[in-house]
Amino acid sequence: MSKLIVTSVSPGSSVQDVGRFGAQRYGLVPSGAVDRLAMAAANALLGNTLFAATIELGPLNSVFTAKGGAVRVSLTGATRPADIAGTPFNVNTSVTLADGESLNLGVARAGTFGYLAIEGGVRGEPMFGSLAVNARAGLGSPYPRPLQAGDELLVAAASSANEKRIDLPAPAEGPIRVVLGPQDDEFGDAKELFLSSEWKISATSDRMGYRLEGPVVKHLHGHNIVSDGTVNGSIQVPGNGQPIVLMPDRGTSGGYPKIATVISTDLGRFGQTQPGRAFRFKAITMAEAQAEYRAFAELLQSLPGRVHDSNILMLDIKALLSSNVAGVAVSATDDNTWQAPQTADAQD
Amino acid sequence: MVAALSPPRILPSGDAAITVEFSRTIDEEANRRVLALDKLVASAGLAAVTETVPTYRSLLVHYDPLQIGFDALGEKLTELALQPLPEAKAARRWRIPVAYGGENGIDLEDVAKALNITPDEVVARHVGGDYKVAMIGFTPGWSYLSGLPSSMQMSRRQNPRLLTPPGTISIGGIQTGVQCLAGPSGWHLLGRTAVRTYQLGRDPIFLLEPGDAITFAAVDEKTFAEQDRAAEAGAFVAELIAS
Repeated sequence: MSKLIVTSVSPGSSVQDVGRFGAQRYGLVPSGAVDRLAMAAANALLGNTLFAATIELGPLNSVFTAKGGAVRVSLTGATRPADIAGTPFNVNTSVTLADGESLNLGVARAGTFGYLAIEGGVRGEPMFGSLAVNARAGLGSPYPRPLQAGDELLVAAASSANEKRIDLPAPAEGPIRVVLGPQDDEFGDAKELFLSSEWKISATSDRMGYRLEGPVVKHLHGHNIVSDGTVNGSIQVPGNGQPIVLMPDRGTSGGYPKIATVISTDLGRFGQTQPGRAFRFKAITMAEAQAEYRAFAELLQSLPGRVHDSNILMLDIKALLSSNVAGVAVSATDDNTWQAPQTADAQD
Repeated sequence: MVAALSPPRILPSGDAAITVEFSRTIDEEANRRVLALDKLVASAGLAAVTETVPTYRSLLVHYDPLQIGFDALGEKLTELALQPLPEAKAARRWRIPVAYGGENGIDLEDVAKALNITPDEVVARHVGGDYKVAMIGFTPGWSYLSGLPSSMQMSRRQNPRLLTPPGTISIGGIQTGVQCLAGPSGWHLLGRTAVRTYQLGRDPIFLLEPGDAITFAAVDEKTFAEQDRAAEAGAFVAELIAS
């Protein structure tokens, strides 16, 4: 059986899928990937089901090594330099590691979390239908904790499929969109301040919550409310007026007023925002937010159709040349007919 | 003649969840309505509802916006919330053994001083309460109980502790709690129980349900230690004294 060895790994790396649902009423949060689009894209590249478990990678260096056989993997999410024995490897493509070969992943340049998918998915024992790591609850498989150097993941032997690339739409720019509520009436004028100000994510953020730095958002009636339920993207405002955006490892209930909620579509983009980088929020209507939700669901479903053989253009050119008809349609020296194969890096 | 129920507030928690709020404060009647709506939503078979989270004063309803919109689900939930409350039924009741004070309850002495009573009287009052699981939240199995005697109510600690032991029994404000996992807490720690409200590999994994009744019983440190070993091995749960 092939294995993928965790030779070294960035802090904050763990196995994640879409999470486990149905037990929030008992205080068990779903967990799951911060950037679901990137996670699903990594799976699409390998022909996995879209929400199979992947390795969510923290922003620093990691090295993974194939052992006992070839292992086919793909990488999406944060852009970062990567190579196999010096040969560059692009984000949003797949590659097969021969037995003993290592994939070296550098520090994230844009974004925070990368997603490393394995052909056939990460193998483990699901709890409540999920392999997602929730260290506090002792859940997650094959290890119920973040990955550490020396960990070994059992994986399927690599298929002989062609390597792939995936064409993703350019990431949306602009403010992070929110729906106001459920406790926006606890804020008054501070609501305007929240929406008109520039915010930065604090370096003390993690998968439980991203702490924001900016102007002080004051409450009308104090910062203690009776605890009620939270969702991914709930923006709660504690006593110091510095909002905290709740992330997939949040508590299922919380006792601070929640001024707004990040829309589902923007959760991944928000989660990939690097600490220290300035951004703004924008309130949209529920109708707009749910239209975005539908569009995002369509985008997810479109991912398998966005996967192409990474070398198809090259092969076609060779085939055309060898059959001596290329001159009719394509000339490698003619800019009008020749287009260099696009790589993911060209989109950076 | 039953007084007409007031409609709850239907509040957006993002694009895929609705908070049905019955009260802004901790209120026994509101909690009854939350738990009644929770049951109604479950039995109504609303395919678009993915899960519900009852709390003291509101029901959080997670749903799939591909199947139903905010307005339509909000109307449906309001309709269900206005149905007459079912007759109050006797809840199942658990007896939870607690080793009070000493290493297991490091705040017992301070609580006694603050209330100007003896530590034994604190224990007697806590054991004498009739409690209900109002909600479970924050971390797995953390059960928030209503019913703390008014003579024991005191504000939370100024400085929350970053780590408190598993099984901690504590008080905060007008609530008492059964905490399962080690974790942060700003409450006053009275004791510990061997009962695991959350235990992987056990059936059921989660012991308590919102609405369950709880009675505490004082045990000595030695009994706690024995029960804790048995519980770790899965051989000790909690005594169901009425179902």
